[in-house]
Amino acid sequence: MAGTAVSGRRVIWRVGTVVAFHDETATARTITLEIPDWPGHVSGQHVDVRLTAPDGYSAARSYSIASAPNSEGRVEITVERLLDGEVSPYLTQELAVTDRLELRGPIGGWFVWTPRQTEPVQLIAGGSGIVPLMSMIRSRAAVGSTAPFRLLYSVREPGAVFYRDELQLGADHSHCVGITYAYTRVAPKNWPRTPGRIDPALIASATWPSNLAPTCYVCGPTSFVETAAGLLAAAGHSPDKIKTERFGPTGDRK
Amino acid sequence: MSSHAYDYLDGNAAAGELSKIFAVDLTAAEGQCAHCGAKKHFAEAHLYTQAPGIVARCPVCEEVLLRLVSVHHHVFLDMRGMTYLCLDTTQLQESSRE
Amino acid sequence: MAIVSRGFSGRRSAADVKLPPGQYLTTDFPVLSAGPTPRVPLDQWEFAIDDGSNVLRRWDWKAFRALPSETVTVDLHCVTRWSKLGTTWEGVSLDTLLAGIKTDAEYVLVRSYGDYTTNLPLDDLMNHKAWIAFRFDDEDLAPEHGGPARLLVPHLYLWKSAKWVRGMRLMQEDQPGFWESLGYHDYGDPWREQRYQGDE
Repeated sequence: MAGTAVSGRRVIWRVGTVVAFHDETATARTITLEIPDWPGHVSGQHVDVRLTAPDGYSAARSYSIASAPNSEGRVEITVERLLDGEVSPYLTQELAVTDRLELRGPIGGWFVWTPRQTEPVQLIAGGSGIVPLMSMIRSRAAVGSTAPFRLLYSVREPGAVFYRDELQLGADHSHCVGITYAYTRVAPKNWPRTPGRIDPALIASATWPSNLAPTCYVCGPTSFVETAAGLLAAAGHSPDKIKTERFGPTGDRK
Repeated sequence: MSSHAYDYLDGNAAAGELSKIFAVDLTAAEGQCAHCGAKKHFAEAHLYTQAPGIVARCPVCEEVLLRLVSVHHHVFLDMRGMTYLCLDTTQLQESSRE
Repeated sequence: MAIVSRGFSGRRSAADVKLPPGQYLTTDFPVLSAGPTPRVPLDQWEFAIDDGSNVLRRWDWKAFRALPSETVTVDLHCVTRWSKLGTTWEGVSLDTLLAGIKTDAEYVLVRSYGDYTTNLPLDDLMNHKAWIAFRFDDEDLAPEHGGPARLLVPHLYLWKSAKWVRGMRLMQEDQPGFWESLGYHDYGDPWREQRYQGDE
């Protein structure tokens, strides 16, 4: 049951096996793991991944779960490769199918969405911040929820969009998620909006108005989250309807 | 170049380490800052994890709410920066039914 | 028990150098911090030495920079296990700052802008073992690395080299600082791997 994933069960390290991977962009890869005795998860939660070298040196990072809750013990994470990263280059270039990966989770109980929620939802993603929000979108689709969802997805350029095909498919029927892309550096040809960071005008035109009292989920690098949350508050959203999850300045969680 | 003003994460980043010692998820817990009295969910705390330990600071006044250090097989926890932490125990009741 | 990750070695350089136990060599300069980076305008900066009752010495930035300084090359060992070798700093020696102070204090509590503190024996600041450093690698010390000035005590773990230093108190008895009060070692010798309280 989805509810028990956020329960008082102690979170332990488990070993998952890589069963598949799929490149989302030139630098981001989705990794599918099978984990025996996986207790299930709720959209928005994350896992801690730990790598250990033969001499015992270890490094750990947190990654949001991209997949919808399921009962098959399968978890997908989407990892963005950082130029000077220590863990992400390994996960996106070295890790292969049948390799084992240590992870701990699911973790987090506040930045979550469950199908029990029927109110409007505003999702705002900055770069790799789309990952936990995608889990929410997938969860909503999997159960056929008609909760009104809108997504404002801010990225550098078109090539940086994760899950593009799936988001496009999802945008094509009723009760779909209303999606607005905001490009900050390079936009597609003939794009109506000049490339730039999100601003009050975009919030006004592309997000639920505050009088609908949507639950807002904002995720991305810390600076993006601070800006977006500030814009939502300025647009009249109550602070207790705005939930945030910050990744590191470079988008890495640690 | 990253902006120096945004060198923190939030309470969600500490959830994994805190799960080692708390039976209940802490990120959804509401706490009161002992310095300025602000009431926030722990997930909203400013988390400094690039350190010899975890330091959670009040998002309003930046004073220390909580510090945690893992030492061998022990965890040192200092929560003097919070007047209280309010935890949802319905989670515990659910797990005891399993 | 952790499993070994096939093909993972981490961000480390070839180890043909002698490092303190449990340390790994790094070529970058990780930024660690327990709080927001303080912004200290130079016209407000000061460094003061007190004994708990009286201020014994005080320098503003101008006076501080007028003191004789020196360039040193030292190795850094962080308790989070990274070591960075051959780093070059310019700073004022604590011998210069403490010169002529008569005290029977044996310990020091170093204070920083922000609320960071760290403690160490007074002896470990003297005899060419410690500096208040204001330049790193031929440039003014950046704020994220402790600028305008930080303590540099390379023979101890790097958490003792307090960033954004503002002063120190001479004390008869030892008093734990920020990390020492939460399980870290009062002394912190990397070569004896004194990371935590109780480590010999």
